Amino acid sequence: MKRFAQHAIFYGVLIGLWALLADLHIWPPYVFPTPQSVMESLAAGFKDHSFWIAIAVSMRRMLLGYGISVLLGMVLGLGIASNKFMEETMGGLLVSLQSLPSICWLPLAVLWFGLTEKAILFVVIMGSLLSVTIAMEDGRKQMPKIYAMAGRNLGASGFRLFWHVLLPASLPFIVSGLKQGWAFAWRSLISGEMIFVSLGLGQLLMMGRDLNDMSQVIAVMILIVVLGFIVDGLVFKTVQRHLQQRWGLAPI
Amino acid sequence: MMSKSALQRSFTRKHRIATVPPKRRKESGNLTVLPYPSQQARAKVALQNLSLQYKSNARPLLALDDINLDVKAGEFLCIVGPSGCGKSTLLHLVAGLQRPTCGHVFVDGKEVNTPGSDRILIFQELGLFPWLTVGDNVAFGMKMKNVPHAERKEKIGHYLRLVHLSQFKDSYTHQLSGGMRQRVALARALAAEPDVLLMDEPFAALDAQTRDLLHDELERIWAETGRTIIFITHNVREAVRLGDRVVLLTFRPGRVKREFDIDLPRPRFLEDATVAAAAREILNDLREEINKSLEAQYASHGATL
Repeated sequence: MKRFAQHAIFYGVLIGLWALLADLHIWPPYVFPTPQSVMESLAAGFKDHSFWIAIAVSMRRMLLGYGISVLLGMVLGLGIASNKFMEETMGGLLVSLQSLPSICWLPLAVLWFGLTEKAILFVVIMGSLLSVTIAMEDGRKQMPKIYAMAGRNLGASGFRLFWHVLLPASLPFIVSGLKQGWAFAWRSLISGEMIFVSLGLGQLLMMGRDLNDMSQVIAVMILIVVLGFIVDGLVFKTVQRHLQQRWGLAPI
Repeated sequence: MMSKSALQRSFTRKHRIATVPPKRRKESGNLTVLPYPSQQARAKVALQNLSLQYKSNARPLLALDDINLDVKAGEFLCIVGPSGCGKSTLLHLVAGLQRPTCGHVFVDGKEVNTPGSDRILIFQELGLFPWLTVGDNVAFGMKMKNVPHAERKEKIGHYLRLVHLSQFKDSYTHQLSGGMRQRVALARALAAEPDVLLMDEPFAALDAQTRDLLHDELERIWAETGRTIIFITHNVREAVRLGDRVVLLTFRPGRVKREFDIDLPRPRFLEDATVAAAAREILNDLREEINKSLEAQYASHGATL
């Protein structure tokens, strides 16, 4: 309750200041819109379904792209962690590739796939694959060795050892990496969508700019932040809390 | 590495109070085992010229050197030695988790190369799976052996009753006390129905009362199930309390220094004068090895000590 009150006061004051500043008319409304007009844009966007469609399209791309990169990242990360040669060569390459902003893959993707859904997916995958791979590799290395030994001792080997022991044992160590991967994928997706027109939240943002509609721009930005917060706060936090309870890493 | 004369000295020590003559080294260099009761039955586990050298370090470290040991079916064998004598390594070799540099491990006359459900090791750190409930932990070995679900369920019940943990089937391991976790590990190992149970200092971290209780339970379960047990400990009294035979290993490299048959009547208690007396005999021999291990520790921490 105290936390809720804190948040209510903070955001109340923030929006109040914003309204006050807008009311002073220092800047014209198309540069600095009022909170009311942003709210109206939000309501209008949801009412004419354009926001819903954009959310659905963007989320679909996210789930697809992120899903693929988690699968690929798992295989790559575990492969790298279990092979010294791979670790020393591929591991270094991955770390250096991480310094490349994922949007830099877009020109390449467009040349390969054209202005298609595949190009966007490619950018999303490249955006999160590296951090997922590195998270997997770290998780596999941080995982206490005893679990793998205990598993082998009890007759697990090959895929069953991976599925029943290595994967669950490394989950607490990879979940923060998976979360980071999601955040990277989200950013890559929005930037990708902004650059070439193809529905989605990024495109709505650019449409706001094209129409000189500052209220819509800010409304979409708020939407992107809120969606990111929901996934992070609800999905990943829940998974993390669940894991911690199960493992006894945090008080229940 | 110990010189040959030092090795011989260790085999021909003066105080010999054990009821069993120690192994003797022939001039040819082969170990011969004098016949005594435990060796007459067919060996369940046989270690032959077993050696293990760790090569990963700059200086190769000989952990185990030429271990020869027979364990008969249904025997409760305890291995004692100072820390760093390769006791745990020995169990890993029997479990098939590690391969020896040379020598062989035989179980029922068949050579061991990989882990197998006929030999289950209870690790010092237990290695219980925190993502599984107590019941699922116990079922893990059976699941890997594709035991049908119904049978698995029944056996979970059976083995949890055996270790008095029936009401904790759906708990997670971190919700249990140390002694209870130890019993889960025991149930998990027993549920895989191995012929040979390997236990690596399982009770080292427990308080005295819990340990006494688990000694009783382990002895009862051993008597009920007839498993062969190889039990490692640094606690000599514990070894005498539990074992049919106690094998003393030397410090680095681990060799069999002496064997002691413990023919005291069961049930025994840690406080028994006879247990204490037998333990003192073994401890006299062990102390020399402990001193060696301490010297090695100080030496590696610099010349000032």
